[in-house]
Amino acid sequence: MLLEGKSVFGGIAIGRLSVYHKKENQVKRSKISDPAAETARFTEAKEKAKEQLSALYEKALKEVGETGAMIFEVHQMMLDDLDYIESITNMIETQQVNAEFAVAATGDNFSAMFAAMEDDYMRERAADVKDISNRVISILHGEEQGGLSNGEPVILLAEDLAPSETVLLDKSKVLSFVTRFGSTNSHTAILARTMNIPALIGVDFPNDADMAFGIVDGYAGKLIINPDETVLAEYRVRQEEEENKKRLLQELKGKENITLDGKKINLYANIGGVADVANVLANDAGGIGLFRSEFLYLESEDYPTEEAQFTAYKTVVENMAGKKVIIRTLDIGADKQVSYFNMEKEENPAMGYRAIRICLDRTDIFKTQLRAIYRASYYGTISIMFPMIISTSEVKKIKELIAEVKAELDSEGIPYKNCEIGIMIETPAAVMISDLLAEEVDFFSIGTNDLTQYTLALDRQNPKLDGIYDAHHEAVLRMLQMVVDNGHKGGCWVGICGELGADISLTETFLKMGFDELSVSPSMILKVREAIRNSRVS
Amino acid sequence: MEAAEREEKMKEFKYVVKDAQGIHARPAGMFVKEAAAFPCSITIEKDNKAVDAKRILGVMGLGVKCGQEIVLRADGEKEEEAIAKLSAFLEENL
Repeated sequence: MLLEGKSVFGGIAIGRLSVYHKKENQVKRSKISDPAAETARFTEAKEKAKEQLSALYEKALKEVGETGAMIFEVHQMMLDDLDYIESITNMIETQQVNAEFAVAATGDNFSAMFAAMEDDYMRERAADVKDISNRVISILHGEEQGGLSNGEPVILLAEDLAPSETVLLDKSKVLSFVTRFGSTNSHTAILARTMNIPALIGVDFPNDADMAFGIVDGYAGKLIINPDETVLAEYRVRQEEEENKKRLLQELKGKENITLDGKKINLYANIGGVADVANVLANDAGGIGLFRSEFLYLESEDYPTEEAQFTAYKTVVENMAGKKVIIRTLDIGADKQVSYFNMEKEENPAMGYRAIRICLDRTDIFKTQLRAIYRASYYGTISIMFPMIISTSEVKKIKELIAEVKAELDSEGIPYKNCEIGIMIETPAAVMISDLLAEEVDFFSIGTNDLTQYTLALDRQNPKLDGIYDAHHEAVLRMLQMVVDNGHKGGCWVGICGELGADISLTETFLKMGFDELSVSPSMILKVREAIRNSRVS
Repeated sequence: MEAAEREEKMKEFKYVVKDAQGIHARPAGMFVKEAAAFPCSITIEKDNKAVDAKRILGVMGLGVKCGQEIVLRADGEKEEEAIAKLSAFLEENL
């Protein structure tokens, strides 16, 4: 049986299913004769609930850290909330009802208030009020709350799980969470992310699924109950690949990018948006070697404002916490078209009006981007890189514009730092004059995709040419060596940010050539690190 | 004159929430804790609806989202200190 849901965390889990049954607190309304004694019963239960929550806070603090544990402190505060307490004690006094009923009714009222709110996050808080009320009622009933009893690790199926329930679970016994309700903001989702296990929400599982065998595919958002042999075998292979990847990650995380004979190299990541930063950090990259800024332009309907760009750059820079972030300025045209730029149709866009050519023509757009970058530079370490350079005069023009931007910021009293300036080497022209360019800039980063297509005169988007396209062509390799040599002579560091940088059959060659940096997609970082650590340069 | 006098009597602070999630559980809890430490009465208002800033369910119940304006008012003993402390908290955390 195949059930679809929404994934809140990726991964593959294979194992037995266990349906979690909440202890339902049946609350009966009964008349009481001594409201003062009943109020005292409530107060005592409330204090005990706070003690339990305080213990849960300590437990969660150890397991999931302060941010995850804070919810239990909030729960304690909710129990001390005067609106909540007054509602309960008023009900006990004026209606002469038992404490259990007063707590349940008050809990329902507050929970309904949150449930009616517009915001998804706030709607989720309805569960919090219910949860604290249930805790008090359980104590009034003299019961303990339930947990997982099964011995073997399971895929846990539940309606939804309150934080007080998840914290009590033995985490080593949970392979995955699957809930019928809940949202991406629910505690279960947050916990799954912290525990690094697959989780699905919105899965309408059958109640008799308990003890059946199942697979959770956290990538496709699927729960498969009683899979056949073929499917199971397929997922076992995928799971094994995942574990290998995880093992590699564990082994190589925090290790240096150093060859067997002691040569070190910087290994950075390529990203195409703010959301990729999590992946960069998870894969332990030393910095960002290529931050493609196009997404800001491609995702919006009009020219992105300075403020929008500033926020995006600043977010990335702050998340990288001082590590280098190399922002490549706008590189549109050719295969990346943006409607509001209103560009004319070109006979030959790959050699047309694109990248730096647009920027130096429409300096208003370019200066907006430079201002945003310089403003963000104050919050970390930014380097700026310019695409499609063919001459030193282009670089000189860029530097004039940078000087104008800096003067503007100075006069407005806006802080910024001085950024390293570099260029992409992706045209044969730039390779041939790399000695001259090296005198103008601080670094080179080679864009191997374009450089290869321009050098070989082969359109990389023409599938008919796939057979001739040779990424390892001797002409390209000689160019790489030339750029490294000229760069070093002129005092520049030299890196590769094109696809070739992640080609591990060439890693040793690059190291021997003398490259200082390789920038690859986040998922390739550890593979390349492994290749570096198995290389020898002498 | 009358208006000025009233202003003199009650301290207030206007703030536009910048946190993407709005006043969510964690900062609401921390905020209420700070507020509860002052003897004066403190309210927090959004769209003309004011709640006691010392009560977490009320504060969360306002459902303050990113970009919305809130007004903080303190009246009574140590009101100036309260506004100073709480406005600093808002600026730093929300």
